[in-house]
Amino acid sequence: MRFDNLTLGYNRHPAVHHLHGEVTAGSRLAIVGPNGAGKSTLLKAIAGELRPLQGRLERHGVQRHQIAYLTQQATLDSSFPILVHDFVAMGLWHKIGAFSGLDQALRQRILQALDRVGLSGLQKRPLGSLSGGQLQRALFARVMLQDAPLVLLDEPYGAIDGASVHDLAAVVRHWHAEGRTVIAVLHDLEHVRQEYPEALLLARELVARGETTSVLSESNLLRARQLAGGGDKEVAAPICHIDEVGT
Amino acid sequence: MSDALSALPLFSPFVEFAFMRRALAGCLALSLGATPVGVFLMLRRMSLAGDAMSHAILPGAAIGYLVAGLSLPAMTIGGLLAGLAVAVLSGGVARHTVIREDTSLATFYLLSLSAGVLIISLRGSSVDLLHVLFGSVLALDDAALLLLAGFASLSIVALAIGLRLFVLEGCDPAFLARISRLGPLAHYGFLVLLVLNLVAGFHALGTLMAVGIMILPAAAARLWVCNIGPLLLMASGLAIAGSITGLLLSYHINLPAGPAIVLTLGALYLLSLAIGPLAPLASRWRSGWHFER
Repeated sequence: MRFDNLTLGYNRHPAVHHLHGEVTAGSRLAIVGPNGAGKSTLLKAIAGELRPLQGRLERHGVQRHQIAYLTQQATLDSSFPILVHDFVAMGLWHKIGAFSGLDQALRQRILQALDRVGLSGLQKRPLGSLSGGQLQRALFARVMLQDAPLVLLDEPYGAIDGASVHDLAAVVRHWHAEGRTVIAVLHDLEHVRQEYPEALLLARELVARGETTSVLSESNLLRARQLAGGGDKEVAAPICHIDEVGT
Repeated sequence: MSDALSALPLFSPFVEFAFMRRALAGCLALSLGATPVGVFLMLRRMSLAGDAMSHAILPGAAIGYLVAGLSLPAMTIGGLLAGLAVAVLSGGVARHTVIREDTSLATFYLLSLSAGVLIISLRGSSVDLLHVLFGSVLALDDAALLLLAGFASLSIVALAIGLRLFVLEGCDPAFLARISRLGPLAHYGFLVLLVLNLVAGFHALGTLMAVGIMILPAAAARLWVCNIGPLLLMASGLAIAGSITGLLLSYHINLPAGPAIVLTLGALYLLSLAIGPLAPLASRWRSGWHFER
């Protein structure tokens, strides 16, 4: 994947400026940075759900439908009357579509996915009865069944307990071992240092990119905080003023 | 056999009178066709939108009435067109202006209701107005019954084919948009199904009551089960039970049939609210029960 002078934003207000770089297939990359740094915006663009304001984003060999994208749980109605099994099975859409049934092999895969995220035995429970951590595990199981070469995770451990983080991190390592590319937006720097060999530090523009230990140095983090400034997105507009005049 | 049945107060009205059998058949069609659509209406948090849309049908049906009198095809086509137009218009206003969706629906509902009543008063009597507002479930003719049965069949087949789509669209629409291009089909297909069933309900129960047989059984069933398949079946079952009970009450105590049916469904809902395992009252009183929501 290549970013070439990539500028992203909403309603012509840029949130990420002039990003250059590459992500090689099979890497495990953490995107970190202060609030409002444009991390989720970048992930959304990688998923193909946001057109660049400027520059290019090329995903070689990965179509949009081959991306598993786990957003923060904004759109999911967890009170919907559906069983955990059926909810997770939706990850098999690329196999069964809207109309086909589940054969024995696919049912087995669903049970395996539930087992791997630590939800075995809960498949007959309604989705609404799951705790926050269990719901996140179910979402990971759904991602697993999507069988996608590129996995995007947006703050996947936002409000869940340590045990769930531990189990789900093992799932991410497994995806990496299978050769999938995993890009995750994360807040917990200690977790990033332990689990992600590569990192991208963002503060509306690229601060550092490369090996995690060097990216997350004190000086880089300090610079990111300074660039993020007051944390107000409006601040981004004047920074890009010259570019806008230029285009 | 029929003599034995006609001696029972539960069966005699249906054995003796054709109009009661027709009313029963009409209600069965609505329970099987419209109620499952009502379940999805509830799950998509569109119950009030459904109510507004049922009023939106009125001016179309009224124009059909103005042109051709109490003619089934004219009022059906008028109702369908008006319902679909308002569905698209109110959605468009909510998306493209500062007016929020609830206000947008309310404005169209008020406009539609007043325009519909005005158009009917231009030509008809107050009896006609009552017919349009509260339906005439005890006066369903062959054509009306065929229409109700036809719309119900169409609705059941469409829901069966698109069930997975409708479920995912209700549960996680953003995920559906990501993995499939069928999201808009599910959304607009559902609106078409909704308008079809509201028009069917309009002929039997009138514009003010049509949503009753969609939402009340759905809401009652939601207090008992927490899986979509059983929920659809139970809602239809409750709608059938409520319709039969309402028709019998209207016959034996001489009540207007439409309101009697909707009130019976309402009573089932209140009962579910009191004793349904997923209702807050039951879970508080019966601490021994351990139901999951």
